[in-house]
Formats: sequence, C-alpha cells, structure tokens
Amino acid sequence: MPILKVKSLSKSFGGLSAVSAVNLELEAGELVGLIGPNGAGKTTIFNLLTGVYRPTQGEILLDRGKGPVSLVGKKPYTICAEGVARTFQNIRLFRALSVLDNVRIAMHQNVKYGIPGGLFHLGSYKKEEEALEQHAMELLSMLGLAEKSGELAANLSYGEQRHLEIARALATNPSLLLLDEPAAGMNPAETAQLTSFIAQIRRDFGLTILLIEHDMSLVMAICERIYVLDYGTVIAAGTPQEIKNNKRVIEAYLGEDMGNA
Amino acid sequence: MKNRKLLPLLLALLAAYAGVWAMMSTGVINDYSFAVIVTICINIILATSLNLVTGFTGQFSLGHAGFMSIGAYTCAIITKSNPTLPGFFLGVFAGAALAALVGILVGLPTLRLRGDYLAIATLGMSEIIRVIFLNLKITNGAAGLSFLPQFVDWNYLFFFTAATILLLRNFINSSPGRACISVREDEIAAESMGVNTTKYKVAAFSMGAFFAGVAGALYASYFYFIKPDLFNFNKSIDILVIVVLGGMGSLSGSVISAILLQLITAWLASFPEIRMVLYAAMLVAIMLFRPQGLLGSTEVGDLFARRFGRLGTRKSEREV
Repeated sequence: MPILKVKSLSKSFGGLSAVSAVNLELEAGELVGLIGPNGAGKTTIFNLLTGVYRPTQGEILLDRGKGPVSLVGKKPYTICAEGVARTFQNIRLFRALSVLDNVRIAMHQNVKYGIPGGLFHLGSYKKEEEALEQHAMELLSMLGLAEKSGELAANLSYGEQRHLEIARALATNPSLLLLDEPAAGMNPAETAQLTSFIAQIRRDFGLTILLIEHDMSLVMAICERIYVLDYGTVIAAGTPQEIKNNKRVIEAYLGEDMGNA
Repeated sequence: MKNRKLLPLLLALLAAYAGVWAMMSTGVINDYSFAVIVTICINIILATSLNLVTGFTGQFSLGHAGFMSIGAYTCAIITKSNPTLPGFFLGVFAGAALAALVGILVGLPTLRLRGDYLAIATLGMSEIIRVIFLNLKITNGAAGLSFLPQFVDWNYLFFFTAATILLLRNFINSSPGRACISVREDEIAAESMGVNTTKYKVAAFSMGAFFAGVAGALYASYFYFIKPDLFNFNKSIDILVIVVLGGMGSLSGSVISAILLQLITAWLASFPEIRMVLYAAMLVAIMLFRPQGLLGSTEVGDLFARRFGRLGTRKSEREV
C-alpha cells in the first residue's frame, strides 16, 4: 500500500502548463528522487503536494496506514498536520529568530494550550513549554545544532541553515518528507556528509522521503527509485541504473544530438 | 525569544507604581503633570498593542485610533448612564470586547492583504468608524460627548497599563505568540510548518484592538470629553511613530518610546512657535541614527542579560 499516490496531477498557470498528468507512487519507507532539467516542474509538484498551489486536475492521496486521505484543496498547515513536511529550495528560515525558536515554531501544531493559556501562562503552559524545549533540543543535538540553539538563524553558515531547514521539517513530526535541493550550493565533501545524513534520518525517524536534487552523486547514492521530469511530464521512472542508461533522460539533459557527437 | 525572567519586570513595574505614588503624595506631581502621566500610560497601552500587530505579527495597520474610539465611546456611553465604579469597569471591558469583535470582523477580510494594501484597508476602516460616530445620535455627532464621569486615578491607570504589558509579554513568550512572529518572518514557511497563519493574524489583530479599546476607555474616563476628531488618521500615525521609534518587535522599546516622546512633547510646550519643527527634527535624527528604532527587536532584559553574558553567544540585534 503506497503512502503517497499521485494520479494524473496537472497544474497550469494561465495558458502555461507547468505540470501535466503526473503519476507518482511512494511506498512507505522509500527514498525516491525527483530529477529533471531546470524548469521541469519539480518544485511545482512540491508546491502542489504541500497545498501552496491548488492542482488544476488530479488527485493526491496520502495514506499513513489509516486509509487514504485526499490532500487536494487542503491548506498547507492542514497538510503539515497530516504528516507531510518540506524544506525549501531557496532557504526560508525564520531568519531573525533563534535556531531553537525555528524548531519550536514547527512544533506549535502539537501544543495543547491555546491563546488564553499563552496570555496568562496558566494550565499546562509551563509543562508544555518545558517539554517543547527539551524535545527541540534533542532534535537539534541529533542534527549537530545544539550548540547553536541561541544563535539567530540568519547568522548560521549556509550548510547549517540547510541542516536547520531539515531540523525544522522534522520537528513537525512528518511521515513523508519532501526535500527540495538539499545539497544546492554545497561542496563535494558537504554533499557526501549530507548523503549519509539523509540516509540516517530516514532510518531514525522512519520516514518516506521524496527528494529533488541536481547533484547526481547524491541521487545515485541513496535513491532507490527515480522519477525524471521534463516539461511537466514524467519521462522516465526506475532504479538509478535504469535511469542512467535511459535514452530519453540523456536527451532531456544533454540534447538529442549528443548521442551522435 | 528566550523566555525572560518575570521578576525584574515586576520589580520595575512596582518601582514605577511606588515612584509615581510617592511623588503624588508629596505634591511633586500636580494636576498638569498627572495628565502627562495619564497620556503616557494610555500611549503605552496603544503602542504595545499596535506593536503586537505590526511589530510582532508583521501586519501593517493604520487603524489603531479606530479601535481606540470604539473603546472610548462605549465606555463613555455606559458610564454616563451608570456613573458608578462597576459601571466604569463594565465600560472598559465592554469597550475592549466590542473593539476586539470589530477587529475580528474587519480582520477576516482585510488580513488577506499585505503591506501597503493592508495599511490602506485599515486606514479606511478607521475612517468609517469615525464617520459612524460623527453621524450617530447616541454619540452626539461632531460635538462629541462631554462631562463624562471621571474614574481613572493612578491605581486603575497603573492596573490596566501593567496588565497590558504583562499579558502581551506572556503572549509573545508562548507558542501562539511565536506562531504570530513566524507569520512576520515568512508566511509561506510558517504555513508549511503547520501554523494557521490566518488564525494568528486575526487573533493578533483583534487582541491589539482589545487593548486599544481599553486605552480608549481610560481616555474617556479621565479627560471628561471625547469627539470623533480625536481619533482620526493623525492619532493612528502618532501611535505608529511610537512603535517605530521604540523598535518593531520590542515591547520595552514601545514603553520607553511612549514615555520619551510624551516627555519631549511636554518639554517642548515651552517653545510653542517651533514645537512641531523640533519634534519632527528629533524624529528624523533618531531614525537616521537608529533606523531599527531605539531597541530594534530586543527587549531591555536581553540587553542586561547580554551584558552579563548569561545568554552567551546570543545576538539579538536584527542585521539589516
């Protein structure tokens, strides 16, 4: 039973069709790559999955083992509560806030006390805040950011900011994690470290991961299956080995004549 | 937003209470200077509550005077027909609740807008409220309501001001408060991390309106007299100036700036011809040298903590 099932998903902006009739299926626990040239519609698919855009057509079904739930038409915060978390290609941290606050905000949806509890600090406020901070610090230590918890997110190094994006996504307690170019702007050593890191969080948190990435060393190393997108449609799907030798994929990346050159 | 210690704040409030009380009983503060203190306290309530909307939640509102007028008129009408102490408290809370309700009704449609559009919509909202008061019979039109019973003394004034500061401080140090701040930081990211941004925008807006209503009610029951023109666009700008000058996202900044600006205004009263020129020049100078406001987005408590190194590496100043 797949955890995510996307059926003939389409999105057009005016006359421009960004994504058309895309089918995806992710089994629970899988690590799947989504690759394709620039402008192929990869991030648009993420935005559709997380409710930032509403699909023009198609169905998105999430199944966390309690029967499939449709994500179409749901708001991003509801989809987050359903167990889908994401990172952003262009880092979108809460820059003027501390590392700890970035993670605590992502845990907000599980906080029981409401606005009155916040105003008067009554009821479970103290207990919940302590638990929240402890949980957030545990998460940050797992990601090697514990020492930076008081630092502003804007003052972190680029690689640390990428890690914090992942930490913040994990703080929402997801089943399905969508990573949008986690290795963008990293050097080969950092990418290698990130590769093992992604494998590790998948194990530790029991995640299913869908990953957009241009760095093939990362994609080929950890993805079990790969979907290749070009001009908004899936042109190939399969294991890394199959994708490497797929003629259409090579054409999409390198152009048609390269085979003869 | 490290959870700050409550004790220093309580001590500071207590000191302010005792200080003013002592000066009043020894006659250092006369009726005129007490009016300055009343204005300061009302401005503190207005500025801290607008800061919740504009500084912390990032929603640019130019309609705070409108909410203030709802509190003022509600309290005035209630205390006129029921000039007792319970009537006064009823007036304050009814005025604040009504302002909060209008805040929700106005906020739901307008908070979809961003930045300048929201500013224009809130400006329009507060003008509508003013024109309604101008034309209603019960509010006595442009002449306004006069000879209102006076209930506000230092005790009540202090109670409402301190309560506003403490409640807002509590709120921004709570999870719903952080949700509001995340809306300011990045609305798309906040929404993707499970924050119902519409809910928290409307909540902050209506909480801000609530406290503006309290401030209006206190105004009406100290200054005897209210008319629609007191709550025009200029009043909203005055409050915004306090917030920007103190620092967007700093409650203590708003408090300090409300005190400072009122003291400057009182002091400038001795130079009536060039009063407004000096005031404006001072604002320009402060904005040139401290574009982020007096305190930026830090609180006074953070500055002390940083000085004594308790927060270690924390750098709270927002880099622009």
